[in-house]
Amino acid sequence: MTEIFGIPTQALFGQLLIGLINGSFYALLSLGLAVIFGLLNIINFTHGAQYMLGAFCAYLMLNKLGIGYWWALLIAPIVVGIFGMIIERLMLKQLYKLDHLYGLLLTFGLALIIQGLFRNEFGSSGQPYPIAAELGGGRNLGFMFLPIYRGWVIVASLVVCLGTWFVIEKTKLGSYLRAATENPELVQAFGINVPRMITLTYGFGVALAAFAGVMAAPIYQVSPQMGADLIIVVFAVVVIGGMGSILGSVITGFGLGIIEGLTKVFYPEASNTVIFIIMAIVLLIRPAGLFGTQK
Amino acid sequence: MLAFFCLAPLVLYPVFLMKVMCFALFACAFNLLVGFGGLLSFGHAMFLGTAGYASAHAAKVWGFQPEVAIVFGTFCSTALGVVTGLLAIRRQGIYFAMITLALAQMIFFYYLQVPFTHGEDGIQAVPRGRLFGVIDLANIWNMYAVVAVVFFGGFLLIYRAIHSPFGQVLKAIRENEARAISLGYDTTRYKFLAFVLSAALAGMAGATKAIVFQLASLTDAHWTMSGEVVLMTLLGGMGTVFGPVVGALIIITLENYLSQLGAWVTVVQGVIFVICVLTFRRGVIGEIASLIKKPL
Repeated sequence: MTEIFGIPTQALFGQLLIGLINGSFYALLSLGLAVIFGLLNIINFTHGAQYMLGAFCAYLMLNKLGIGYWWALLIAPIVVGIFGMIIERLMLKQLYKLDHLYGLLLTFGLALIIQGLFRNEFGSSGQPYPIAAELGGGRNLGFMFLPIYRGWVIVASLVVCLGTWFVIEKTKLGSYLRAATENPELVQAFGINVPRMITLTYGFGVALAAFAGVMAAPIYQVSPQMGADLIIVVFAVVVIGGMGSILGSVITGFGLGIIEGLTKVFYPEASNTVIFIIMAIVLLIRPAGLFGTQK
Repeated sequence: MLAFFCLAPLVLYPVFLMKVMCFALFACAFNLLVGFGGLLSFGHAMFLGTAGYASAHAAKVWGFQPEVAIVFGTFCSTALGVVTGLLAIRRQGIYFAMITLALAQMIFFYYLQVPFTHGEDGIQAVPRGRLFGVIDLANIWNMYAVVAVVFFGGFLLIYRAIHSPFGQVLKAIRENEARAISLGYDTTRYKFLAFVLSAALAGMAGATKAIVFQLASLTDAHWTMSGEVVLMTLLGGMGTVFGPVVGALIIITLENYLSQLGAWVTVVQGVIFVICVLTFRRGVIGEIASLIKKPL
């Protein structure tokens, strides 16, 4: 067996792949957070719970209604997105004029409620979710074995991330969005319904989290706590990348996933903490984040 | 309040009251930072947990006397406060919250892995020992007196800090940082000092708690604990002197009565969060203070 730096290539590429998968989820989730933060100025602490809701939505659809993976990939984000929009209309809307920290506290409370309710209903242990038949199996690439589903997750999340970037940076709708981020009153004066746009944006960000949840369901098990610890890592990713740019959060997400994977190979003890250590270093050198601009 | 904690053990369980006092001090320390400095830390559990482990380890493995163990725990959390404070105060507002949360998670993973914390088991059967080598703390009333002294000592220190020129500058920074800078205050230094002081007092609470309950575990370092102290302070009233004490009393009582219900505790906490933020932002004491038009 060939080796690089004394590590079998099989193990190295295997961890790189896991890193890329984790990176896909970091990218999708931090993208959603960045989109929401851009317009609402709220850090959505419920994001992890909404990711978990997406996964559970897929799980319940399969087991109660017999609806498979592909439909779940479409329906779960819509359902969870609508749920998010209701929350925005009923609760978040009242907080826009207050200190941004209240938004953080409210969404933290909501996350506790959602996770607590699901833990009561389903217990703490994970539920398995099967891989769709079309994506089962794997392929030998010569230097490593690639399960098709994992390859699909990486490609799909890249497509979604770049699609989001394209819509926000290159289309007319996106230009409204960017304008409203800069100056909502002025955009409203031009006759654009900013409150509706805010609601839809929140719904979209939440839908992204749910989409990530459905994609994660076959890889990790579906459990009430699946989003709770992940969201903290994603916060660190957001701090490292800075929230200034969409592309920045995607690059940071994938990059940190890969670094985390490599750490697992070379120094496994630090694999849980490496992202936080990088965050500390970035804060020392560039407090605004790699792609951020300090306001 | 002094009267309450002196007389309450006649009616209520002293162990329960000691828990309340430990958490009340923890919440007061947290409130110093958020209520007066305007910095919402979402990682205060790292100070509680660190001091708990340090004092438990010192008392059990090194055989320190309880007062030395508590001082040692406080010292460790202060040192951690210096390091994390230097990093965290580089950003404000939401970023500050996210950074402290991430740093606390890092510390949590560290404690999960290093051998001296005994992972999921925690450091168990920590000896309470003899205070100054004389007073036996296995006696519950002696222990109660020590906890009360620690709590009131910490509380008075915070009270003094809030009403000193230092506290006034902190409030100025909370209200308008740019203006405080233009008045010639080195705001970074003030925020840093507040952060370290808060870390030290949170640590004192954690160290005492570890001696009282003879246990230091991962729960104290987990982010749910950070959330809990935010909840206590929010419910009692951010930026009030007595709010965190009342908040701690309510939340600990609630947890005591709901403990059989398992995950419902989390749901109830979440509901309280939502209600507080939507309708009740000044908290219990804050509302009372605005009713009688006096700061409490």
